[in-house]
Amino acid sequence: MRKGDRLKEKIIQKEQIGKWLEKLGKDYEIWAPVKRNGLVLFHPISSAKEVYFNFLNSKKTPKDLFFPQSEVLFSFPKEEIEKEVETILQKPRIVFAIRPCDARSLALLDQVFDSEDYQDPYYIERREGTLLVGLACTHPQQSCFCTSVGGGPFAKAHLDLLMADLGDGKYFVEALTERGEGLLEKNDSLQEPQKKDREKLAKIKEEAEEKVKSKLVTKGLEKKLDKIFDSSLWDRVHQRCLGCGICTYLCPTCHCFALLDEKDKARVERIRNWDSCMFPEFTVEASGHNPRISNRERMRQRVMHKFNYFVERYGETACVGCGRCIQSCPVNMDIREIIEEIRNE
Amino acid sequence: MENIYLPHSAIVKEIISETADIKTFRLTFEDERLQKSFTYLAGQFVEFSVYGVGEAPFCLASSPTRPGQIECTIKKMGKVTQAIHDLEVGDQVGIRGPYGNGFPLKELRGKNLVLVGGGIGLAPLRSLIQNVLDKRDEYGDVLIIYGAKSTEELVYQKELEEWENSPRVKMVLTVDPGGEDQKWQGEIGFVPTILEKVNPSPDNRMLITCGPPIMIRYVLLGATGEMGYRPQQIITTLEMKMKCGLGKCGRCNIGRVYICKDGPVFTYQQLKDLGNEF
Repeated sequence: MRKGDRLKEKIIQKEQIGKWLEKLGKDYEIWAPVKRNGLVLFHPISSAKEVYFNFLNSKKTPKDLFFPQSEVLFSFPKEEIEKEVETILQKPRIVFAIRPCDARSLALLDQVFDSEDYQDPYYIERREGTLLVGLACTHPQQSCFCTSVGGGPFAKAHLDLLMADLGDGKYFVEALTERGEGLLEKNDSLQEPQKKDREKLAKIKEEAEEKVKSKLVTKGLEKKLDKIFDSSLWDRVHQRCLGCGICTYLCPTCHCFALLDEKDKARVERIRNWDSCMFPEFTVEASGHNPRISNRERMRQRVMHKFNYFVERYGETACVGCGRCIQSCPVNMDIREIIEEIRNE
Repeated sequence: MENIYLPHSAIVKEIISETADIKTFRLTFEDERLQKSFTYLAGQFVEFSVYGVGEAPFCLASSPTRPGQIECTIKKMGKVTQAIHDLEVGDQVGIRGPYGNGFPLKELRGKNLVLVGGGIGLAPLRSLIQNVLDKRDEYGDVLIIYGAKSTEELVYQKELEEWENSPRVKMVLTVDPGGEDQKWQGEIGFVPTILEKVNPSPDNRMLITCGPPIMIRYVLLGATGEMGYRPQQIITTLEMKMKCGLGKCGRCNIGRVYICKDGPVFTYQQLKDLGNEF
């Protein structure tokens, strides 16, 4: 590769991906979608054979890689504390084949964990040490609505690289950052995209976008929510909800957590666990007073936080339209229907 | 990068038993430099850790005008406060902070003040009262209305006398009906009722209140009713379940604000604008 060559757009043959990943694996820990026990989840891989390319999206979001479901923040005696933060990552990481919606969710989490006033070192350390190689969605699902909340199946935002399966044994790859270009440089069998490759890309992109059938109107939603805090709508929409919290656990933008101590004879650990605004105990004060006393208030909080409070604070909706909450709800609650009801209220 | 979750080690220097279930803890940071440089605003809070039990937020009940004094007044309510009450002088605890916005001293300067407290709710007001008394010339008349369920449940009993004897300070103490004893010379009645009875004029005055939610509610209603206070003239400091204190864990999100980072001090007007989650 000559210096100065633009690495922006390339073609990678499908059969070359294994070699490329193998090479990258020397410098990076690679996390990719892997199918185990019927579930597609992001796992560290040692060979490209493990990658499950035909996934629609992973059951759990890759947010776990940056904000783990449970982690020891530090322990006492004190000497061990600083060391623990600095060695969070043994090696820089690549999240390979992350979906554009999930990449966007990380940018939203950045607003919370890397805010101007307080920076979360655990999150930032992992975020800075991780590259995102996206895989465009050629088969969006019935529950997807990314295009209604500012994303898209081929959206490039917040990725280092975006790959798209052209369906003919080739991947179209676009480097979106310098770090992404660096990853491409490790591949010595890149080809220049031809006109027909570009045409193919445009076609599958258009087809994918068309497959995102849900069209939600989110314009004006924030303002509307301002007005309906006391509406009887909230009495209705929560009725079916069991309060199980799966929607918040699988949501790529939910970031609520609890801090607690665990202790054995040798040491004390301060642990951070995911928590959920859908749980009654979430807001119970020591006095027993609970400002969000029933499911009605908790459901309202979840919707308001995503589509009103977060928008006001950070300028964006805290939803990327991945549809996981819709797929996994045990009683078929559908956030799209709730938004529709709000609009019609 | 600084670890925002990591508490600083502090030592319990003194424990003052206020009531049967309320104690004041005076703390000193182990790191001398931190002890010297630690500053805060009246109305701010800290996260207090008992290692192995957990962490909980408490307001600083001391005043920044008295350097070196770091005090929290804590009522035994739950798991962490029980562990705090079990502490002895010399024990090591963890402190991080200060957090939150604190009282808007700029807006209070030059004005008459009425401080309305109930029970342990006097703790954040004490920070402000000490601050005001230490800068006495900067503020107008001070009226303190403080009540508890019974005479035994009044906190800072010695200090209440000191305040009463300070220049341009009027104190009105009250206990709930049935909470008086034979020696009691103060008022008998709930705090909001006594506030209406004393009826301090809203002219050039700010009202600052803290206490149980039900008390705050009736103080707000009473003051903005016939007493004629505008919601902008009333300040309260709120409690909400908190974990991180940093606006991240999501728990204390009420309306568009995080109590921990945008509060805990709000004007009644601000609370009204938040919708009626309270």
